[in-house]
Amino acid sequence: MDIFLQQLVNGLTLGSIYALVALGYTMVYGILGLINFAHGEVVMIGALVALAVMKLLAASGLPLPLIFLIALIVAAMACMVLGFSIERIAYRPLRNAPRLAPLITAIGVSIVLQQLAMMIWGRSYHAVPSLLPAESYEVLGAQITQLQLIILLVAALTMTGLILLVNRTRLGRAMRATAENPAIAGLMGVDANRIIAMTFMIGSALGALAGVLVSANYGIAHYNMGFMLGLKAFTAAVLGGIGNLGGAMLGGVLLGVIEALGAGYIGDLTGGVLGSHYQDVFAFFVLIVVLVFRPSGLMGEKVSERA
Amino acid sequence: MTVLLEAHGIGKRFGGVQALKDVSLTIREGEIYGLIGPNGAGKTTFFNVLTGLYPRDEGEITFAGQPLALGSPHRVTRAGIARTFQNIRLFANMTALENVMVGRHARTKVDVGGAVFRTRAQRTEEAAIKRRAEELLHYVGIADRANDMAKNLSYGDQRRLEIARALATEPKLLALDEPAAGMNATETASLRTLIAGLRDDGLTVLLIEHDVKLVMGLCDRVAVLDYGQKIIEDIPATVRADPRVIEAYLGTGAA
Repeated sequence: MDIFLQQLVNGLTLGSIYALVALGYTMVYGILGLINFAHGEVVMIGALVALAVMKLLAASGLPLPLIFLIALIVAAMACMVLGFSIERIAYRPLRNAPRLAPLITAIGVSIVLQQLAMMIWGRSYHAVPSLLPAESYEVLGAQITQLQLIILLVAALTMTGLILLVNRTRLGRAMRATAENPAIAGLMGVDANRIIAMTFMIGSALGALAGVLVSANYGIAHYNMGFMLGLKAFTAAVLGGIGNLGGAMLGGVLLGVIEALGAGYIGDLTGGVLGSHYQDVFAFFVLIVVLVFRPSGLMGEKVSERA
Repeated sequence: MTVLLEAHGIGKRFGGVQALKDVSLTIREGEIYGLIGPNGAGKTTFFNVLTGLYPRDEGEITFAGQPLALGSPHRVTRAGIARTFQNIRLFANMTALENVMVGRHARTKVDVGGAVFRTRAQRTEEAAIKRRAEELLHYVGIADRANDMAKNLSYGDQRRLEIARALATEPKLLALDEPAAGMNATETASLRTLIAGLRDDGLTVLLIEHDVKLVMGLCDRVAVLDYGQKIIEDIPATVRADPRVIEAYLGTGAA
């Protein structure tokens, strides 16, 4: 029972990070019908930029949580600029090209960013200083650290904010209108280019946040961390129904929990043949099963072709 | 009466097809101007050229004394021309109220920071947008459906919603592309009341319509397009009696 609870806590933490990243995929898909495969790399850049800021401020004597907050904000702003640039350089010129073309540039951008990060930060794994309190509480036999609580809280607040932004504000309305019909939205005075740029920037900021949280959680950051994380988050977005914000959140959390529980129990289930390092298998196994039975994802609507 | 819109020598080709040829027409302020013609005569093409959805190949358009730039639909909207579509194009998954609120984008400031941090100015503007949208829904007679998804509205109500959304952009000229298409007699009659009311409230209306009876009863002046060319522009009684119009609709020999 305590294994179950412990893995549930770990899974929720991981899942809320997946959800933050998945939102970036799903927002861009919702508005452009494009899978931004460079998004995982944005997350990685966010984590490494934050790490650089932390190192820079380490000797400043500022309180540690404040350093963490500054690093987070700088990373988010850097990633917003990055997301804006990616859209401008790699996607906007191909807006009316066949769908395969921006997919290829997305993969291209992803490789460029990874190599760039490798040149700047090297191939080694960097230890991320633990700036946030690491005390843990025992709840019903499961350990939950303050860091995990902070991750859950930050993720929940951010997602609530995003939902309010999309459903309650003028920017959100413009985003939804552009997603439904860019031409008509344009006719109503909505500047689609601006809305699309904003979407990339918001998604990238969420990605940066996720990158900082995940590197704080595992205490590690490296140039290749965006790949698997991006793939998992993309899986989560598809699982929930890509293009659907609630779906990305549900898919992310669900995927994290399934993975953690899978890792916790796989040894027992297979009599010790498979170990917890097979946890990645679960993510993709779940994806396949869901897509076989619900091709549009858990919360996705039936796909209808745009006229 | 002052001239609101003057189109001069408009031409539009699609490959080898000359969809519009040397079309010139003048719309005066405060009138309902009808544009009719047989299927494929180029009515909707003219509409799309006028509203910037298609770039024109030839000709000039002057609107409210200013030359109308090519292309760029949102600039046409800002200049004061709003339109509805023959095949309704609402934001299906947004509520009726939200659809109209999007229409207010043309006339309100875009302030991203305000949207995120919800400044006082932004909240005030948002409240004004919402109030205006509610008024417009009331004006077209669907205030009670404000919070329903656009896709769940009846066909007639969707047409009204499209008009409300177009009105939200504060147009000087409202262009309606076959608003009565697919409507039953009752719906058409109440649409007619609505359009006449728009004119009485000072709006200029350009009406494309198949329903000749509706056009003749409602419009102050009518132009007829046939094979991409304007064959006549006059008051309804004269247009109805013109042999070229009868020929265009019924074929040679009928006149």
